[in-house]
Amino acid sequence: MAETQPAPIERRSLRAKPFSKADRAFFKSATWAANSSIVLVSLIFIFLMWRSWPAFESQGVDYIFGSTWDNNPENLVMQIGPMLWGSILVSTIGVVLAVPMAISLAYFIVFMANDRFGKIATVMVDLLAALPSVVLGLWGLLIFSPVAAGWAEMIYQGLGFIPIFDNSSGNFLRSPFIAGWVVAVMIVPIIASVTREIFSQLDRDLISASLALGAGRWSTFRRVILPTSGGGIVGGVLLGLGRALGETVAIFFVLNLVFEVNWFNILEDQGGSVASMILAKFGEAGQDEVAGLMAAGVVLFVVTLFVNMIASFIVAKAQPWRK
Amino acid sequence: MTQLSAQDINVWFGQRHVLKDVNLLFPEREVTALIGPSGCGKSTFIRTLNRMHELIPSAGLGGKVLLDGVDIYEPSVDPVGVRLRVGMVFQKPNPFPTMSIKDNVLSGLKLASRKHADPNGLVETSLRRASMWNEVKDRLGDPALSLSGGQQQRLCIARSLAMDPDVLLMDEPCSALDPGSTRRIEETILELKEEMTIVIVTHNMQQAQRVSSQTAFFLAEDGNPGQVVEFGSTDQVFNQPVDLRTNDYVNGHFG
Ligand SMILES: Nc1ncnc2c1ncn2[C@@H]1O[C@H](COP(=O)(O)OP(=O)(O)O)[C@@H](O)[C@H]1O
Ligand SMILES: [Mg+2]
Repeated sequence: MAETQPAPIERRSLRAKPFSKADRAFFKSATWAANSSIVLVSLIFIFLMWRSWPAFESQGVDYIFGSTWDNNPENLVMQIGPMLWGSILVSTIGVVLAVPMAISLAYFIVFMANDRFGKIATVMVDLLAALPSVVLGLWGLLIFSPVAAGWAEMIYQGLGFIPIFDNSSGNFLRSPFIAGWVVAVMIVPIIASVTREIFSQLDRDLISASLALGAGRWSTFRRVILPTSGGGIVGGVLLGLGRALGETVAIFFVLNLVFEVNWFNILEDQGGSVASMILAKFGEAGQDEVAGLMAAGVVLFVVTLFVNMIASFIVAKAQPWRK
Repeated sequence: MTQLSAQDINVWFGQRHVLKDVNLLFPEREVTALIGPSGCGKSTFIRTLNRMHELIPSAGLGGKVLLDGVDIYEPSVDPVGVRLRVGMVFQKPNPFPTMSIKDNVLSGLKLASRKHADPNGLVETSLRRASMWNEVKDRLGDPALSLSGGQQQRLCIARSLAMDPDVLLMDEPCSALDPGSTRRIEETILELKEEMTIVIVTHNMQQAQRVSSQTAFFLAEDGNPGQVVEFGSTDQVFNQPVDLRTNDYVNGHFG
């Protein structure tokens, strides 16, 4: 065939270059901010890894799974198992307590309160979120702990035959249960404000439609409001969980850190928390021990990162209808 | 025999009086059209007929809505029972986004925790009554949001019909739809009126004339609460309106 091939059509870029000065400056600073935050996080991670490597190397996997911490410089043993499990246990208790409170609070603000009261409640919740955790820790220690110890004792007397509510020491203070409550108070505002935002963006027509079909408030909540906003709420919960896992000072005030795994006796006066342990030991740690504390930071960082990854996965999966 | 009537209906939002002294009778198995410019209180009125203002804390009501002679606002009346008899279709199609087509049809049962002897049969009859069975029968498990806007609106009609209401309220059900879908919904309305009483708000004058047998013209004049200016047979309201303002409105002179 003698036909000449038509010249291939040139493919042109659809992206416009920023023309105005303001646009150019804006593009540059946005790019710069994005890149530098990635660089910064990487640098922190590299620094932590570098400083903590000696600890990982000398302790091996027992660093994570063992239960002993002996700071004798001749024979340093550093194992954070009880602290790691303690962080998970306390955070779980915190989340379990916080989620129903936070969701009820958000429901009340969005769907029940009149405008003025809703605004006041919103401000109060945001104030609670802004409370420094030292203050919360002091409140937990001085005011809340004695009260919660009373609850714990009541639970023990009623339900002590269930292993998780057993208590062999007779001391109900400084337990994972109490630390969990303090963490709950801390993360309720986080979960509540995310949930409130999601509830207030819900299509009111869906709720009307549900009521118009003869549904009650509860069934509308359970079958329409919750499923429609589910992924977003999970995101808020995991945000709170991230905060709970990293919480340091407040837990330090209200929990006994013990290097012996307390698997589930939540009323017992022993528990653990990676972040609080770092705080507790840092002041008097020698150089090698500091490496071990840095390593604890790395572990916490990885766990939190993991939680956040699960969060974004769930949020993306849970709302396929929202593109 | 289902009798629905509104007697001396007044509505306030906070201090604002938005509806005044509305008296309308909705005969059984007839379609009543509510027309009038935006903001004159048509939606507010239609929502009084199934107690949908309950969600608005500032709303207040005067007058009575009689369903078979019983005032639905009596303290002894369960609003849920009222809504099971008086279904509603909204302006914007609003199927439940997390549910499949089938689950949307059955959503009323699920929401009220009721059982039905033959759910699959109910899905089929309801979708047939909303004249969309053939379009969706092979994809009942698909998400409701995979349907077109017109189909979604008919799904919402099917969802109401599954509860077997005696009265169906429709607030501008076609205003978000294309002409083809609008036509199909009008056909559905004409079939449904054989079995139930229908009240429809519409901005489309042709639609009012095509589907309704009586028409009420609402108007809110500068700052005054909305009122019914004229109420009569659709033929009379459109062709021999008594009130000058009705004449102007139905002939497109304002609104
Ligand atoms: N929830 C509400 N709160 C306060 N005012 C409202 C509310 N709903 C409607 N209104 C007011 O009531 C009047 C009637 O509105 P509506 O019934 O929606 O009119 P229509 O449906 O005829 O367009 C409008 O002035 C509107 O601003
Ligand atoms: Mg309206």
